[in-house]
Amino acid sequence: MRRNGGVNVQSVLGIIFQRLGLGLVTLFVVSVLIFAAVNMLPGDFAEAILGQGATPEAVAAIREDLGLNKNPVARYLDWLGGILTGDFGTSFAQANFSAFAGADTGKGGIGSVAAQLEPRFKNTLFLATVAAAIAVPISLMLGLLAALYRNSIFDRFVNIATLTSISSPEFFLAYILILLLAVLNPMLPSLSSIFPDMSFGERLEKTLLPALTLTLVVTAHMMRMTRAAIINLLASPYIEMARLKGISPARVIVFHALPNALAPIINVIALNLAYLVTGVVVVEVVFVYPGIGQMFVDSVKIRDIPVVQACCLIFASAYILLNLLADVMGIVSNPRLLHPK
Amino acid sequence: MMNYILWAVIGVAAIYASGWLFRFAGRKIDWPRDNLNIYFRDVGLTEAAGFILGLVAVYFVCYYYFIVESTFFRWAVQGFIIATIAAYAFWWFGKLVGTDATRKLFRQMPLTAAFGILIILIYVILAIFAGAIAPHGQEDIFEKINVLPGGDLATGGDPAFPLGTDQLGRDLLSRLIYGAQNTVGIAFVTTLLAFFIGTSIGFLAATVGGWIDQVASRAVDALMAIPQLIFALLLMTIATAWAGSDKTLVTLYMIIIIAVLDSTRVFRLARAVGLNIVVMDYIEAAKVRGEKLSYLIFSEILPNATAPLLAEFGLRFCFVFLTIAALSFLGIGIQPPLADWGTMVRDLSQFINFAQFSPLTAALPLMAAGAIALLTVAVNFVVDWMLQKTSGLKE
Repeated sequence: MRRNGGVNVQSVLGIIFQRLGLGLVTLFVVSVLIFAAVNMLPGDFAEAILGQGATPEAVAAIREDLGLNKNPVARYLDWLGGILTGDFGTSFAQANFSAFAGADTGKGGIGSVAAQLEPRFKNTLFLATVAAAIAVPISLMLGLLAALYRNSIFDRFVNIATLTSISSPEFFLAYILILLLAVLNPMLPSLSSIFPDMSFGERLEKTLLPALTLTLVVTAHMMRMTRAAIINLLASPYIEMARLKGISPARVIVFHALPNALAPIINVIALNLAYLVTGVVVVEVVFVYPGIGQMFVDSVKIRDIPVVQACCLIFASAYILLNLLADVMGIVSNPRLLHPK
Repeated sequence: MMNYILWAVIGVAAIYASGWLFRFAGRKIDWPRDNLNIYFRDVGLTEAAGFILGLVAVYFVCYYYFIVESTFFRWAVQGFIIATIAAYAFWWFGKLVGTDATRKLFRQMPLTAAFGILIILIYVILAIFAGAIAPHGQEDIFEKINVLPGGDLATGGDPAFPLGTDQLGRDLLSRLIYGAQNTVGIAFVTTLLAFFIGTSIGFLAATVGGWIDQVASRAVDALMAIPQLIFALLLMTIATAWAGSDKTLVTLYMIIIIAVLDSTRVFRLARAVGLNIVVMDYIEAAKVRGEKLSYLIFSEILPNATAPLLAEFGLRFCFVFLTIAALSFLGIGIQPPLADWGTMVRDLSQFINFAQFSPLTAALPLMAAGAIALLTVAVNFVVDWMLQKTSGLKE
């Protein structure tokens, strides 16, 4: 084992670098896809900003101003270059306003998408972190218990409960939680109004209800996967051996089965965190939580293209990164890859 | 905060202690039946605590049901009991009536699957006969607006509108029933379309292979790299711009967009299943016979791939259904005047704040959302059972 150690770490690193490269390629393809999709819009920004009564001269002037008269490849490169330097362009909804106010619409100005996105991105991240912090330990514990007491009443109850919560739409769970915890027993606020200068405790209180909703959605999936991963292993000979030695069922599961089930479990956790990215959109709208998801839906409705593009790219990158993380963690925690014969 | 944690720790400790006591007593006392103490010898401590926890749960259910008399809790418990009885009756009925094959199927079926089939049947009937069942049309606008639910004139209701009317004066019960037709129907059509696209391209990639397989697989990889709901939202932005003020066109575009996005998952499955079938001898024989590609795909591969595809159809239907509901809830899915559950939830959501004064009013948005949840739960129960049956897994 030790003899091959050096070579082996290299091969694992090689695989990881390969995956990272693949992730970068995916990100690039996704950015092209988003850009191409947005360019399928009828008309262009200039006509949309000016409305129907626009003179051809005015449209041409705005096109010149926004660089819309260049060819698509050049515009794509401009857009990509801007993003890489942290400039997501100018928000459409804010552009008119700032033009009247005479404000600077460039990078970091009032109308810049980046300036709008930054605080909301932090809020969304906070929400996802709180949800994950509650969901991961609970689902691991429930999964272990369900595997330990499989086919018991407890297992069946948990099975039905999780299946129900997986298949319910997020807004159904959200409104039930609002009904129970905000209206009938007023313990938590049903609207998450969050300001930048809030204390941590206050912020946590406002975030708790949306976080609990996300927890309900994600926990069910993670718990079922944990249970399945462990039960899959229980049929293997070395578990049979441990059982025949007279080790208690709890010890068999925690010390013998769990370490080998770690790879699929970590994978499932990362995938579910990726799922949180999507779930966040609906939940943020229900609770009027000032995060990216809400901003995304709002800008979709008013067709604020630069913001839609930026939000889409952020969601997609988070999704790709978490999937990548799942992949890499799966490789790293696989004993067969780390210690080959 | 610290208080809550302290109470939780004390609660867990108390449950474990009473569990230990319970087990201890069980081991000592050989009553009410012989050899019960031998059973208790093998009971683990957590298992014994679980019994106590169950007792505590039953106590709280009774307490809230009979002493506190919380309306919503009562409805939930009653609904659960009615659902259990209905599922059991349906299961029993299925075991007695029908051909030998269906009777055998029902005998091996768990209660949850019977419940799922019953609910799906009810939804299908509602969807097909919505026009006959609903008291009014889905687009009929009456003069009475904002009628409260309950049908009682004294409390601001109206017997003609059992669930009241919305802010435009449309009957909510009728819209709820028509929702089955629109929401479920559109989701079903979308899933069918997704399956048509996914399986045909997937089988094609599996049989022909080569560059077609490569191009299709890489395209699917790229499409799947963006979370589905996010991508659907982006494409819907563009679709609404194309559709302009034509509401039906928006719904049509939504069907196509979601079908294409969802066909990627079907493609992956169809390709994987197809690759396993393509290497079989009978496919080789058919190729040697000189059969056409269409014959290979539709008469040789498809019949052998129905079982996994059918289970996948149930799961995909749930996903499509939930995606459409989410889009409608966000205001960019199925467009009014079509009655739709997702839109109804959004429109009625503020009523939830009246829960303490008028529980029935507050239940309106939950009914629409619950209608969505109930169907997906039912389909999932059936799929779960089908997967367990085909994989032969007992544990």
